[in-house]
Amino acid sequence: MATVAVPIERENYLNKEYGVASWLFTTDHKRIALLYLLSITFFFFIGGFFALLIRLELLTPAGDLVQADTYNKLFTMHGQVMVFFFLIPAVPAVLGNFLIPLMIGAKDLAFPRINLLSWYLYIIGGLFMMYTIVNGGVDTGWTFYTPLSTQFLDTHVVAAALAIFIAGFSSILTGLNFIVTIHRMRAPGMTWSRLPLFVWANYATAIIQVLGTPVLAITLMLVALERIFRLGIFNPQMGGDPLLFQHLFWFYSHPAVYIMILPGMGVVSEIVTCFTRKRIFGYRFMAVALIAIAVLGFLVWAHHMFIAGISLYSALAFSLLSYFVAVPSAIKVFNWTATMYKGSVSFDTPMLYALGFIGLFTMGGLTGLFLAALGIDVHVTDTYFVIAHFHYIMVGGMVIAYLAGIHFWWPKISGRMYPEFWGKLAAMIIFVGFNLTFFPQFVLGYMGMPRRYWQYSPEFQVLNVLSTAGATILAVGYVLPMVYLLWSMRYGKLADANPWDAAGLEWTTSSPPTTFNFDETPVVTWEAYNYDELDAPKEVPLER
Amino acid sequence: MRLRRFLLSDSPTVVATHNPDLQHHFSSMEQQQDASMLGMWVFLITEIMFFGGMFFGYMVYRFYYYAAWLEGSQHMDFWWGTINTVVLLCSSLTMVLAVRSTQLNRRKSTVVFLLVTILFGLAFLGIKAIEYHGHWTEHQFPGLNWSWPGPYSSQVALFFSFYWAMTGFHALHMVIGIGLVLFIAYHAWKGKYSALYFNPVENVGLYWHFVDIVWIYLYPLLYLIGHKKG
Amino acid sequence: MFENLPLWPVRASSTAGSVDALYIFLLTLCGVMCIGIFTMIAVFAIRYRRSAGNRAEPIEGSTALELTWTFIPLGIFIFIFVWSAAIFFRERTPPKDSTEVYTVAKQWMWKFQHIEGQREINELHVPVGRDVRMIMTSQDVIHSFYVPAFRIKQDVLPGRYTTAWFRATKPGTYHLFCAEYCGTMHSGMVGDVVVMEPAQYQTWLSGGAAAGSLSNTGQGLFQSLGCSTCHRLDTQGRGPNLTGVFGKPVLLEDGRTVTADENYVRESILSPTAKVVSGFKPIMPPFQGIVSEEQLNALVAYVKSLSAPPIGAAGTPNLKPPPGETPSTTQ
Repeated sequence: MATVAVPIERENYLNKEYGVASWLFTTDHKRIALLYLLSITFFFFIGGFFALLIRLELLTPAGDLVQADTYNKLFTMHGQVMVFFFLIPAVPAVLGNFLIPLMIGAKDLAFPRINLLSWYLYIIGGLFMMYTIVNGGVDTGWTFYTPLSTQFLDTHVVAAALAIFIAGFSSILTGLNFIVTIHRMRAPGMTWSRLPLFVWANYATAIIQVLGTPVLAITLMLVALERIFRLGIFNPQMGGDPLLFQHLFWFYSHPAVYIMILPGMGVVSEIVTCFTRKRIFGYRFMAVALIAIAVLGFLVWAHHMFIAGISLYSALAFSLLSYFVAVPSAIKVFNWTATMYKGSVSFDTPMLYALGFIGLFTMGGLTGLFLAALGIDVHVTDTYFVIAHFHYIMVGGMVIAYLAGIHFWWPKISGRMYPEFWGKLAAMIIFVGFNLTFFPQFVLGYMGMPRRYWQYSPEFQVLNVLSTAGATILAVGYVLPMVYLLWSMRYGKLADANPWDAAGLEWTTSSPPTTFNFDETPVVTWEAYNYDELDAPKEVPLER
Repeated sequence: MRLRRFLLSDSPTVVATHNPDLQHHFSSMEQQQDASMLGMWVFLITEIMFFGGMFFGYMVYRFYYYAAWLEGSQHMDFWWGTINTVVLLCSSLTMVLAVRSTQLNRRKSTVVFLLVTILFGLAFLGIKAIEYHGHWTEHQFPGLNWSWPGPYSSQVALFFSFYWAMTGFHALHMVIGIGLVLFIAYHAWKGKYSALYFNPVENVGLYWHFVDIVWIYLYPLLYLIGHKKG
Repeated sequence: MFENLPLWPVRASSTAGSVDALYIFLLTLCGVMCIGIFTMIAVFAIRYRRSAGNRAEPIEGSTALELTWTFIPLGIFIFIFVWSAAIFFRERTPPKDSTEVYTVAKQWMWKFQHIEGQREINELHVPVGRDVRMIMTSQDVIHSFYVPAFRIKQDVLPGRYTTAWFRATKPGTYHLFCAEYCGTMHSGMVGDVVVMEPAQYQTWLSGGAAAGSLSNTGQGLFQSLGCSTCHRLDTQGRGPNLTGVFGKPVLLEDGRTVTADENYVRESILSPTAKVVSGFKPIMPPFQGIVSEEQLNALVAYVKSLSAPPIGAAGTPNLKPPPGETPSTTQ
């Protein structure tokens, strides 16, 4: 369908109806995606604010900015907010919600009202979290280890557990919706082997959400019950086992990290193909790798517990399995690199972010090899090495992939282009700031600085100062997109249907799309990423 | 890129003849029913994982403290538990008959079977209330009024913690189930379901059977440890 | 090698070198991988940058390449696994005849009880070159015993013993950190491990505890708490004779056989009905809440010191070793 950017605004999902009620009672997956966008951005800045305070405290070895208890609350709530209220929903609930129906040629998700319910559950969970924050906070660490969390703290543990429990249901319902949608709502001709990898990635993620999150739910419930009724399930003096908590907790929380990263990998596949004008190298391997990560990810949880008191033989088994789960991720990195070979590469903002992802995810993933190595893990677990490892993947990987996706699909979502210069500038500031913040932490970790330390031994100071300097640069980098994306909604250049000449059904709709996405149901007769067909020299202009 | 125009649910002719219960984002009733049933199955899998966490904890402590588990199980009310099991099995039967009636366009039988299912559900909850009351007066609620005269007191308390948590969550699911069946019964009475559109009844049936099956596992694990006939 | 560089922790234990060797190997490997991948990306980005007339070549993939870069990394990973597992196995297997130090962690301090009787708080004196085995428990929440210079770390749990061992190779003072978040002053739960030359250590030892060795303290408790009433040294007692029990298999009433290690002894004192010895009744009262962790450690040390009498020897074995002598351990 040929579209031309005209000043007269056509009807689309944004202008179809106005008014708060039309947003709060919408069942349109695109509007729900925007509701999520607003809410997770809010929580990102809350979590980021806590991070800034943490880094400011760590400028000096002594605890002189905040009190010890306050510091403990800061790192706890930074973790809880970032993991459960930003990272887990970010790509699936914003980009996945918006794009999956478009990418498969459907009018909406399978269960639009459950989609809205998901958002409301997220908000209710968020309100419990805000209640916790405002009323004195919680200081269990985001991992809630017992018996500290069940018997030795008098902060708002139950409220925080409830907040996460409720947000978990939001996640479960989103996963359920995606699974049914991808199975049942694909347009004619959109077979599994023609699906964009972004859809595969969200599918794999949804499987993890559906299988893993309920275990977290029951674990948090047991913690809450133990606190309220003083039950003793995790209390050694009553015959309980604190390690049982850790097994239950990590059974979810390890796969959770794959919930966080897989969608980002999907985004990167979409962007790398578009900005190299090539099919993805090894489509089948890429799709299978996503599923393999999801499945293997359920088998490695106790690598968080090597020194926790598990047996030598358990530790050996989980270490070996952890090496297995590293293989599919490595395959993906190689395939993205190979996709660039003999491509036609351009460096628009989304591609800069995608390249940043590949680099930083590689570094973060490789440091996972260190942690899976039993002999090394004994020394570096519970130190800044682990913190650096997961921030490389979560921030260097996931947040960057999220920003990549936001920029790539911004014209589709808003009908406007973001300003390219500012986009590139922000990407570079974020890249520099990120590395300066987190690379020194690898060194700190091997040197022996433990994590969750309010005060530290003086020899660690120089590296901490470098890290804090990086954090301030990173903060600037994050504020920039907030500002210019908002600006672009009013003043940005109008976008046409497919400003990137990208493959994918979402680009055949208008920018922004209409409420029901497609005027007529598409029928798919081409493979994914058919850039060679799209870019083929044309004798006669094809209808788009 | 060319799109072959394929008229599905958007064409005027199709719009004019489609089932009024067809939601706009689905292209056919078949797709809608398939999707909704798949959705319910996926949801039940999440419920399996939810209860699974508790079952796992139960099994770990049963391995550590078998004697205490044996002791605790002796203090369950065998007869009430058995009656409740029969009650739930009957309720599943009436639920299935309700689904069948809908498929056969028998509105009255559907409503009757659904109401009987609700009655069985309420009976189950009533019996559970009796049991809970008994355990409470016997000081068998850990943390609030626990008092155990025999050996292994804190380990038996663990058993009871699992008893209360597992049956408590199960009962909560029963309450939700009864609510759902009530909702379906009301709509069935209003004539909303028929051979052409019965899958909400089916889905609630699936949920009900699941809650029943959880009980089928809870019953031997809680009531029948080391139980000999007689 | 990296002794004076402030970016690397000191190596002061027998395992530190092997841990560092693997770490350096991994650093090199990952460095090479990163440089390799980043270079390729940069080269492709520049060589194949968008320009008029440069069209992308349609390449679907290559199964051969995929299999190569699946199995080669897998092979390398398994190699790393085996190497690191070997280090780990050594780290988790204390040598026989290690000196033992009982550790009680609590919010927010470390309490050490040497076998010879010395008690220390937040400071641990050990001789260089001797194998030291830490037998650790927590009074409250989970803590973690971490000495970066030794490259060892072990979580310390309430309700059971966990162990770690090391052999210090360099005299000096090294950081001890708690590495498992344990509440308000987690970051203040730090101390020093003071490694001394053997002669200095002897001097330090003899300037120490007047109370006698840990197992002597345990013997005193064994009597004052009434344990000796039932646990007699003959077969007449209502409880099993504990001589020579430690370290050997024990047959339980329910048919299981367990090894009488530190955790078994501890559990048998706190919660005796958990594992009842075959042939005895579950009549021992639980001592949960009656003995402190330090007292428990002393009792465990005492039970360990009860070595089996020579076959055929009559009479009571001499249970009170001369002051200052380390009783032999049956481990």
